[in-house]
Amino acid sequence: MDQENKINELVEKKALWYEKTFKKTVSRFPERKKEFKTSYGKVVDPVYTPADVKDIDYAKDIGFPGEYPYTRGVQPTMYRGRFWTMRQYAGFASAEESNKRYRYLLEQGQTGLSVAFDLPTQIGYDSDDEMSEGEVGKVGVAIDSLKDMEILFDSIPLDKVSVSMTINSTSAILLSMLMAVGEKQGVRHDQLRGTIQNDILKEYIARGTYVFPPDPSMRVIVDIFEYGSKNLPKFNLISISGYHIREAGANAVQEVAFTIADGIAYVEAAIKAGLDPNVFGTNLSFFFNAHNNFIEEISKFRAARKIWAKVMKERFHVTNEEALKLKFHTQTAGSTLTAQQPMNNIIRVTMQALSAVLGGTQSLHTNSFDEALGLPTQESATIALRTQQIIAYESGVTDTVDPFAGSYLIEHLTKDIEEKAMEYIKKIDDMGGMVRAVETGYVQKEILNSAYEAQLRIEKKEDVIVGMNEFTTEKGSKPTPILKVDTSVEEKQKSKIKELKEIRDNNLVSEKLSSLKLAAASKENIMPFIYEAVKAYATLGEITNVLREVFGEFRESVIL
Amino acid sequence: MEKRIRVVVGKPGLDGHDRGSKVVARALRDAGMEVIYTGIRQTPEEIVNTVLQEDADILGLSILSGAHMKLCQKIIKLMKEKEINVPIFLGGIIPADDIPELKKMGVNEVFGPGTSFEDIIKRVKEIVLGTAV
Repeated sequence: MDQENKINELVEKKALWYEKTFKKTVSRFPERKKEFKTSYGKVVDPVYTPADVKDIDYAKDIGFPGEYPYTRGVQPTMYRGRFWTMRQYAGFASAEESNKRYRYLLEQGQTGLSVAFDLPTQIGYDSDDEMSEGEVGKVGVAIDSLKDMEILFDSIPLDKVSVSMTINSTSAILLSMLMAVGEKQGVRHDQLRGTIQNDILKEYIARGTYVFPPDPSMRVIVDIFEYGSKNLPKFNLISISGYHIREAGANAVQEVAFTIADGIAYVEAAIKAGLDPNVFGTNLSFFFNAHNNFIEEISKFRAARKIWAKVMKERFHVTNEEALKLKFHTQTAGSTLTAQQPMNNIIRVTMQALSAVLGGTQSLHTNSFDEALGLPTQESATIALRTQQIIAYESGVTDTVDPFAGSYLIEHLTKDIEEKAMEYIKKIDDMGGMVRAVETGYVQKEILNSAYEAQLRIEKKEDVIVGMNEFTTEKGSKPTPILKVDTSVEEKQKSKIKELKEIRDNNLVSEKLSSLKLAAASKENIMPFIYEAVKAYATLGEITNVLREVFGEFRESVIL
Repeated sequence: MEKRIRVVVGKPGLDGHDRGSKVVARALRDAGMEVIYTGIRQTPEEIVNTVLQEDADILGLSILSGAHMKLCQKIIKLMKEKEINVPIFLGGIIPADDIPELKKMGVNEVFGPGTSFEDIIKRVKEIVLGTAV
C-alpha cells in the first residue's frame, strides 16, 4: 500500500536522522536530562512524526467535534458558539458573606456559581455539633438549614444562573434545599440548571468527606439519579471527579482511569436498580484537574472524552448520543501552587487553564495565586477570573475547535493515555469493580505511591519548581495579604439554629424525619422524603443523623 | 544503638486532605523512625489516646482546613490534663500570623507548604533528641 510504504520510508528516514544528525549534536551538546518523562512515566522522544500516529484511524479514533467518539469535543462549534462557563469555586463564613462574594463575581462577568461548603456541612454536622468545633465557615459556607440557603441565593435568579455545589455525602439534602429556594423564587424544578458533585467513591479514595459505608452511599446516589432524571432534566446529578484524585498525587493516567472506573461503577449501580443509561446518562458530568505538563494535559482531556464515549456505547450499549458525551468541569491544580513567591502562581494557573481550554472543557475554575497561603481575597479572586477572560477574549485559541489536533505528539499521547487507562480499568474490573478496589485500598495505595515518587523527584530537584526548590529568594518577599474568616461565624450559626428550633413547627419536623427514617430502611427513594424534611426546616444535621442511624458510619482503614 | 524515634502522625478535625500527612509519614519511616499514622478525621481525644498508647516521642499534626488554632488548643489541653509531655510539630496551610501564638501554646515547630523532607527529618530529630534551639 502506498500509505504503508510512505510510513516505512519515514521510519527509515527518522532512524537515519537519529544516527546522523541527532547523535552528532548530542555527542557535542548533551541533552539536559537522560530521559524526559510525562507525569505517568512515559519517556518522550525528541521528535514525533506521522509514523507515531500511523495506527490512528482519523475517522474512527479522532472524528469530528460533536460526533462520536468526541475526541475533538462534545459540541460542533465549541467556543465559537459560546465560551466555557467561568465558574469560580467560592464560599466562606456565613451565607450572608458568601452571597456578597457571589453577587460581586457575577457583576464581574462570572457566568455560573460554584458553592464551597464548610466541612461540617459536607459531613452532615450542624454548626452547634461538637464535631464542628473550629471548622464552621472555614473552607466554605456554613449551611445548617433551608434558612441559610435562602440567604445564600438572595437576589440570585436560579432560572438564569447555574449553580454547582461541591457536596457529596449530603448532596441529597443540599439539592433539596436548592429546589426549595428555587420554588420560593418561582423557579420550577425543571428549570434549575447546575451540578451536584455527588461522587462518593472519590471521597473514600482521596477527599475524605464520607459519612456512610459504600453500599448505602451508592444507593443514595442511585436514588438521586432516579429522582433527578425525572424532575431535574437540566441538572448534572453527579460530577465524577478526577480532580481530587490528581490532587492526592495520582498521575494523568491514574486520574483518567480511576475517574472513568468510578463512572462505570455508578452506571452499573443505576442499571442494576432498573434505570436506563440512555436517560440518566445525559445527567452525568465529570470534573478534571489541569496540571503542569501542558501537552500531556491537553491529550488527557481528549483521551478521557474518547474513553467515556466508548465505554457508554460498547459496554453499556447506550444509543442516545447525548448520553455518550463526556461533559466536564476543570479546575487548575491547587497542589502545584507554591507558598513561596506566590505571584508566580498566576503564570502557572494561566498555562493550566489554557490546557483545559485546548482540551475542550465546558466550565473552568482558575485558582487564585494566594491559595497555598489561605483563602483567596477579593483581589486575588478577581485576577483568577480575569485570567480566564483573557484566554477567552484575547488569545485566539477559541476561534478554532480543538486547534492542537493533528499534532503528532498530541495524537500519540492521546492514544497512549487511552491505552494505559484502559489497562487500569481492566485491572479494576478483574478486582470486581471500583467499590471493591477502593475497599481493599488498592486505588489509595497506587495514588500514594505516585505522590511519594513525585515528592522525591522534587526533593532531588529532578523536578524543578520555580521559586521553591530552585530560583529561591532567601528573604521573603513582601507578605501577601490573606483573607481572615470572621471567627464569630460559629457563634452566629449556633444562635441561628437555636432561634430556628424555637420558631419552626417541631412536630412537623419530627413527623417528616420519622417518614424519612422508614423510607431509608425500606427500598423507597429517599429524595422526596428529604425534600419534605428540608421544607419543614429540619436541619442538615438532623437529617443526616436519621440516615446515620439507618445506614451506619464509615471508618477508613489506614493505608500508608 | 541509637533509639528509634516513635512518631504519631495525626489528622485531627474534619479535613480530608491527607496527601501531606501520608507522604511525610512515609518519609519519616524511610528515615528510620517508627511511624504510627492515625488516618483522617480524628478527634483530639483519639489523637491524644494514640500518643499515650503508642508511647510516642513526638506528635505530628496536619491541618489544612483553617481549624488549627482550635484543634491544637484542644489537643495541648488534653495532653496537659493527662500529663503527656510530648513535643508537637504541625504542617498544613498555616498563616504566618498564627505561628507565634501556636508556638506560645506549645507547638514546637510549624512546617509550611514546600518544606523539604530533609528539613522535616532534621528538625524532628533535633526536637526529640533535645538538641533543639
